[in-house]
Amino acid sequence: MTSYRLPKGGLIDRQAPLSFTFDGTPLQGLAGDSLASALLANGQLLVGRSFKYHRPRGILTAGAAEPNALVTIGRGGRTEPNTRATMQELYEGLEAQSQNRWPSLNFDVGALNGLLSPFLGAGFYYKTFMWPAPLWEKLYEPFIRRAAGLGKASYEADPDAYEKSWAHCDLLVIGAGPTGLAAALTAGRAGARVILVDEGSLPGGSLLFDTATIDGKAAADFARDASGELQSMPNLRVMMRTTAFGWYDGNVFGAVERVQKHVRDPVNHVPVERLWRIVARQALLATGAEERPLVFGGNDRPGVMMASAMRAYLNRYGVAPGKATAIFTMNDSGYALARDLEAAGVDVVAIVDSRPSAGVEYHGKARLVREAVVCGTKGRKTISAIEVYRDGRKETIAIDALAMAGGGSPIIHLACHRGGKPVWSPEKAAFLAPEGLKDLAVAGAVAATTGLAACLGEGAAKAQAIVKDLGLSCPPVAIPNVDGDEGADPGRPLWSIPGVKGKAFVDFQNDVNLKDIGLAVREGYSHVELAKRYTTSGMATDQGKLSNVNAIGLIAKARGVSPAEVGTTTFRPFYTPVSFGALTGAHTGHHFQPVRKSPLHDWAKKHGAVFVETGLWYRSSWFPRTGERTWRESVEREVLNVRKNAGLCDVSMLGKIEISGRDAAEFLNRVYCNAFLKLPVGRARYGLMLREDGMIYDDGTTSRLEENRFFMTTTTAYAAGVMNHLEFCAQALWPDLEVRLASITDQWAQMAIAGPKARTILQKVVDEDISDAAFPFLAAKEVSLFGGALHGCLFRISFSGELAYELAVPAGYGESVADALMEAGKDHGIMPYGVETLSVLRIEKGHVTHNEINGTVVPADLGFGKMVSATKPDFIGKAMLQREGLAAPDRPQLVGVVPFNPEQSFRTGSHILAKGAAATLENDQGYVTSSAYSPHIGSTIALALVKNGPDRHGEEVVVWNGLYGESTPARLCNPVFFDPQNERLHV
Amino acid sequence: MASLVPCPNCGRRPKEEFTIKGAALSRPAAGADAADWFDYVYLRDNPRGAYEEYWHHTSGCRRWLVVSRDTQTHEVAACRDAADGSRLEERA
Ligand SMILES: [Zn+2]
Repeated sequence: MTSYRLPKGGLIDRQAPLSFTFDGTPLQGLAGDSLASALLANGQLLVGRSFKYHRPRGILTAGAAEPNALVTIGRGGRTEPNTRATMQELYEGLEAQSQNRWPSLNFDVGALNGLLSPFLGAGFYYKTFMWPAPLWEKLYEPFIRRAAGLGKASYEADPDAYEKSWAHCDLLVIGAGPTGLAAALTAGRAGARVILVDEGSLPGGSLLFDTATIDGKAAADFARDASGELQSMPNLRVMMRTTAFGWYDGNVFGAVERVQKHVRDPVNHVPVERLWRIVARQALLATGAEERPLVFGGNDRPGVMMASAMRAYLNRYGVAPGKATAIFTMNDSGYALARDLEAAGVDVVAIVDSRPSAGVEYHGKARLVREAVVCGTKGRKTISAIEVYRDGRKETIAIDALAMAGGGSPIIHLACHRGGKPVWSPEKAAFLAPEGLKDLAVAGAVAATTGLAACLGEGAAKAQAIVKDLGLSCPPVAIPNVDGDEGADPGRPLWSIPGVKGKAFVDFQNDVNLKDIGLAVREGYSHVELAKRYTTSGMATDQGKLSNVNAIGLIAKARGVSPAEVGTTTFRPFYTPVSFGALTGAHTGHHFQPVRKSPLHDWAKKHGAVFVETGLWYRSSWFPRTGERTWRESVEREVLNVRKNAGLCDVSMLGKIEISGRDAAEFLNRVYCNAFLKLPVGRARYGLMLREDGMIYDDGTTSRLEENRFFMTTTTAYAAGVMNHLEFCAQALWPDLEVRLASITDQWAQMAIAGPKARTILQKVVDEDISDAAFPFLAAKEVSLFGGALHGCLFRISFSGELAYELAVPAGYGESVADALMEAGKDHGIMPYGVETLSVLRIEKGHVTHNEINGTVVPADLGFGKMVSATKPDFIGKAMLQREGLAAPDRPQLVGVVPFNPEQSFRTGSHILAKGAAATLENDQGYVTSSAYSPHIGSTIALALVKNGPDRHGEEVVVWNGLYGESTPARLCNPVFFDPQNERLHV
Repeated sequence: MASLVPCPNCGRRPKEEFTIKGAALSRPAAGADAADWFDYVYLRDNPRGAYEEYWHHTSGCRRWLVVSRDTQTHEVAACRDAADGSRLEERA
C-alpha cells in the first residue's frame, strides 16, 4: 500500500491543480503543496538512493532537516541539485529528478554497494588510504567517486539575478511559529521596529498542522489572522521564505530570501534570491525543535517518517501516509498523531510506546504496545511490516507506514554561531543555547519549552522584556486561551534500542549507522570531533540536523558518560546551504571586475589598438597595421618610429594625485627618499618612495605647479595603494602638517608625445613657447592650448629616452586633443604606440618598472643610491635603509644582459649563472627582470638583478631557465642600451 | 559575513568598506635606536583580547581610524580618527 491524498482537509487549494514531473513521469499536485507532499499524494514513497549504500529512501521530514528527499530541480542553467523536496514549493511545470541512481531509481546498480557494506563502514576512507597507493588511484577512488555522490551541478551559466540587501530593526524574530508570532505581535503592538523571518512559505510553523484551538480559532486560522495583523503594521516586516542562516558580530544576522524559487519563470528584473544582512538591536530566536529519529533496524525504509512530519502531511497537506500505520514513540506526541490519523479515516494498527505509561489518555482503535520498541522493519522498496520487541520477544506486525517520535532537540544553531557552546540540560534532556548571550534571547521550543500555551506565553513575555529594554512602553499582553494543547511530557531520550536487527541509521544522508558509531568508539575515536570525522556523521549537506544529538547520545552511552561530557561539535554558519548565487549577489562578470577605460580608449580603438587587461584597465598594447602578421612586427615599427619621428601613447592610467596645502613640500620631502623641499615651481622631479623597511615602494614624477600645489604621478598598479599610503602619512603620522590630497587619476587624460619631432608637433597645439630654452628637460607647467580654447598641464619628461612630453588635459577633451595631435603630426610621421613599445623603449634605456621594483630592492640596487638624501632629518624608510645588509656589496643589483648570439633569446624570470657553474641554488647569481627584442640592438636585451652586477659589465654568464630547459650564453653589460649619454633627451 | 565598524565620521558601516593596516603603533622619532625601528616595523603582539589597529575607511570618508577591538570577541570598544593622536602619545 502507499500514501495518497485525502478527500478533504489541509491548507491546499483543491481547485488549483498543478502539473509537475518526477523523473519524467507527469504527476499532479495542488497549490499549497510542497514537492514532497505532492510526491506523497501521488504515492511516490521512493524518492532517492542513499549516498553510500544506494539504499532506497523516502521522505523523512516535512522541513529543512530533510536528509533523504534531495532532488534536482529545473534544467539547463537553472538546474538546482540537492534541493530538499520538503522545502520546495510546488509550481506548475516543476521538473524534478531523483539523484544518485543508475540507470533508474527503481533499478539501481549501485545498490550492490550494500553488499560491500562490510568494507564501507566507518573509517573506510582512512583505512583505504593505507592500502597500496597505486590501487587507490586506479581502483578505489574512481569506484568511490562513481558510487557515492549527490546531484550534479550544471555547467551552464545561471541566467537569474541575485542581490544583496541590508535591513535594520529593533527586534528580529526568527521563526514565525506560535512563539515567534506571539513575540512579533507583542513587540509590534508596542511600536518596535520588528522584522519577522521564517523559512516557510506560510507563517505559523507548527500551527499549520496543530489541531488545537486558540481563543476558539483553529490554530491555522490563528496563524493567518496573526500574520494579517502583523502585515498591517507599518513598523513590522514579515519576511517569508527567508532563512536566517548565521549570527555574526554586531548582532548582524545573515538571511537568504528565496524570492522566486517557487515559480517556474522568474521575472527577470527581480532577483531569484536575496541575501540579507539584518542589523538587529535585539533578536529573539523562536526556531523550535527538531524531532529526532529513533535508531532501529531499517529505520530508513521508505514509508518510515518522523511523527511530526506525518502530522504535517496529514493536517497541512491532506495527505495520508498509508492505509495501515504504526507509531513508535517515546513521548506523548505519538498519541496526537494517532488521534489525527484516525480522525482522517486512516487506520492506526499499533502504537509502540517505549514507556510503561503515557501522559495522555488514548481511546482510539490502535493496539497499544507499552514498554516495547520497534527493532526492525521489513519490506523491499517500501515498508511492509515492523518487528516489535518486548520482553525479549519479537513480533511482526504488517503495516504500510511508520511514524517515529524520538523527542525534540532545540534548534539552537544560530545561538552558537559566535563561539558559545551548547549546554546539556539533564532536566530537559536536551542541548540548550548558551546562557547570557548578548542581545539574543531564545523562546519556545528552542528553549525546550513544551506545549502550545506555554510557547505563546513565553514568546509574548520575552518580547515584552525586550521592548522594555529598548525603552518602549509595552501594553499588557493577553495570553490566548488554548484548547487541545498536547503540551506536557517531552519524554526521556531513547538513544539505543534493544534487539536491533539490520542497519539502524544515525545519519541518513551520509549512511552512518549504529555499528559505525560503535566501531569509532572501539577504535579510539570516541571524542565527538573525532567520531564525526571518522564516521562522517553530521558531515553531509544537512550537517547532522537529525543525527548529531543521536550520535552524541550513542557515544555517551557507549562510553558510559552523560551527553554533557561528550559535548557537541561546533555549530557554524550556514544553518542550511546557501547558493553561491546568493552569496555572489550582483557581483558577477563585469560587475565583479569592472572594465576601466581610459579617456583615450575610443581614440585608441579607432586606431585599431589591441587591448590588454592590466588590473581593471584596458590598455592599448599595440596598433597593428595592414600587412603586419605578428605583434612583433607592429611593435618594431612603433619602436623605430618613436626614435625616428614621433609617437603618441596613452598614459592616462598612471596614478595622479594632487597635493596641496602650506606644508605640501615638506610632506613630499618626507614621503620620498630624495629631496623635494626645494624643487622650483615649474619643475618636475623623479621621486622614489620607500616603504618603512627601506625597500622601494613606488616611483613616479612629481611636479611643482605652484608654491603649494604639486602634481604627483604614480605607477598604474600602485595608484590606489600610494593614495592610501599618503593618506596614512598625512592623517596618522603627521596630522600637524597642513596638506590635502586628491586623487585626480580619472580627471585627466594624459598622453606621451615622444620622438625627435615631438616638439614640432606639440608646438602646433600649445600656445606657449616650448623651445628647449623656454621649456627645458623636466619643465612642468600649466599651458594654454588651441589659442586659449583649453588648458592643460605639460611636462617635459621622458620614459623612452627621446625628446618627449606628457600632456594632461581634462578627461573629456582627451580624445579631441589626441586627434588634434595626430593631425598636427601627420606630416611628421606620428604614430600611436602601445604599452609593448613603451616597454621596449624603456628597457633600451634601462628604465625600471615594478618588474625591477619588486619589493626586494633598495635604491642603490637600481643605481639610485646617490638620489637618497643624506641630509633630510627623516623620510619614510630612512632608518631601516641604514641596515648594513641593505648596503652589502654582493646584493643583486641592476645590470644589462645580452645573448652572445643575437639569434638566441631568453626569458624574463631566467636565472644568471657564472660561466661553467652548475645550476644550483648556491650558484644562483640573480635573475632576469625584464626582457624584450630591441630592433636597435638587433637582439634580445634584458635587465637583471645580479650579485655585484655593476662591477661585472662584460662578464660572460649563462642565462638558465630550468622550467623550459634553456641555457643561453650571454654577457652582462651596462643596463642603458641606447644613447647612454642621454643626448637625445636634451635637444 | 558581517561586522560593523563605528566610524566617527560615517557611523556604523560594514567592514567591507575598510582596509586594515595592522597594529596602531607610534612611529619612532627620526633618530630613534635601530631596536625601536625594528620593533616598529617588524614586531607585533598577537594578543587575545584588546588590540588597537589602524583601519582605513577606504570606501567611506577615507580617513585613517584607530579601532580598538577585542581579537577574541570581535567587539569594537572604540573607534577614533587617527589624527586625534593624543591618546596614542599618552600611551607611548
Ligand atoms: Zn568613515
